[in-house]
Amino acid sequence: MRWVNRRISRGNSVLLGAIPILLLVLLYLVLAASRHADNPNDKILPLPSGMAEAMSALLFQPDQLTGQLIFWADTLASLQRLCIGLGLSTLSALLVGLLLGVLPPVRATFGPLVTGIAVIPPIALLPILFIAFGLGETSKVALIFIGIAPFMIRDVAAHITALPREQMIKAQTLGASSWQLMLRVALPQAMPRLIQAVRLSLGPAWVFLISAEAIASDIGLGYRIFLVRRYLSMDIILPYVAWIALLAILMDMLLTWSSRRLFPWAHGAGH
Amino acid sequence: MVQPPALPLGTWSRPLSALLSLRNIWVEYGEKVVLERVNLDIEAGSFVSIIGPSGAGKSSLLRVILGQEAATRGSILLDGTPLTPECGPDRGVVFQRYSVFPHLSVLRNTVFGLECAQAPFTARLFGSRRRAAIAEAEEMLDAVGLGDSMHLYPAQMSGGMQQRLAIAQALIKRPRILLLDEPFGALDPGIRADMHVLTTRLWREYALTIIMVTHDIREAFSLGTRVLTLDKRRRDPHAPHRYGATAVYDLPLTKKAQATAPIDESIKLDAISNN
Repeated sequence: MRWVNRRISRGNSVLLGAIPILLLVLLYLVLAASRHADNPNDKILPLPSGMAEAMSALLFQPDQLTGQLIFWADTLASLQRLCIGLGLSTLSALLVGLLLGVLPPVRATFGPLVTGIAVIPPIALLPILFIAFGLGETSKVALIFIGIAPFMIRDVAAHITALPREQMIKAQTLGASSWQLMLRVALPQAMPRLIQAVRLSLGPAWVFLISAEAIASDIGLGYRIFLVRRYLSMDIILPYVAWIALLAILMDMLLTWSSRRLFPWAHGAGH
Repeated sequence: MVQPPALPLGTWSRPLSALLSLRNIWVEYGEKVVLERVNLDIEAGSFVSIIGPSGAGKSSLLRVILGQEAATRGSILLDGTPLTPECGPDRGVVFQRYSVFPHLSVLRNTVFGLECAQAPFTARLFGSRRRAAIAEAEEMLDAVGLGDSMHLYPAQMSGGMQQRLAIAQALIKRPRILLLDEPFGALDPGIRADMHVLTTRLWREYALTIIMVTHDIREAFSLGTRVLTLDKRRRDPHAPHRYGATAVYDLPLTKKAQATAPIDESIKLDAISNN
């Protein structure tokens, strides 16, 4: 049987997916153990016991200075920034994307501006944001927003523009005004695409969050990673990176699930 | 308005009884002339089939009547009033594809037209008005044979069922004219025959005025009460785009077939016209 025709059952696909991850973990453990055999104080490839020890301090013991549980405070601060940035971007992508997609005069007026903003590397704007908004929360959220909103706006607008012309004509022959067209024809059909755009933007959003936290912050997952880097604390950096990966995967799964749940018509099998 | 008294009565009676009048319609895209000097009067209750080779401007003519495109020259009168080049609820349409909204169930697709008219801001109805609208939509869906499929999404239905839905959607607005742009072109022959029966029945029951563009000559003659053939009257071999098409044949069919006969073989105009 040709490989392109092979169907993998659900149980087997979980098994197959686990193999490379387990192999990677095994490889790490072997390398870490061999380094520790040579030098029991090795910091570059810490053993799981070392990671657990280092992380337990951050997880369960309040910080002497602030009284916070550092790991959870970092997570909360980062997620808050990320969610505000994503939320604002999503909202503006929906509003602006809808207007750009449906109304040709708005597209002609603001399309070039959105395109222009979208091609600027967001990190190049970070100094401007720090100068304009200070080093607080605003500039970090603004960086995420500027980083992903133009892409999402353009994506949603392009999707709406590409809806079959017949649908728009049909709606008008049914008496729909511009407003009713946006509300009942374009908006609902833009929603699944919007969720898709959020999923694709999650990666860049994390990049901009970690960058902003690394440069100027006093709390957050990115801040912690860049802080402990000074002490070569791989036993903290590695669990933090794994935690970020886990959070990103969970958010992605949540978005996929909600799209299938809310918009079954957009996912083929609605039976 | 000054009534010219000298003209004989017959000159005036025809335009006055016409539901839709096209006066000297030209459609040009830049250098290319698609339609030239189209003059038509379409009476209420007629079923006009438009045939012609590919590129003869059948769909352009339909788009102009629909209001999707503006004619370069000429005017269109509906009930004696000039039409603006914009689509409106007085002219319903069924396209070959993409006529229905994929994100709405069959019932909600049909109710949409009522919601637009009755709720300008929310485009949704509530309470007793909603119930009344749903009852009207259900009646219309029963009439097109979708009474058992009200809660399906279009993607779950066959092409024929989607076209039935598109017709129900259009008819619920009680349009003055129903425009069909190759509505059965993408359907299987068997389903197409069913759709012919349905269309004829609806045309009679709802006293519709229908203009249908089609590639299928048999379909044009079996359904229509009048068949228009669009083609170029003149051809310039060095600049073929400079002459547009117009109605070269206008055949009123006095003997209207009572029911569509079983199809033996459909003749395509493109196959015999040398273009």
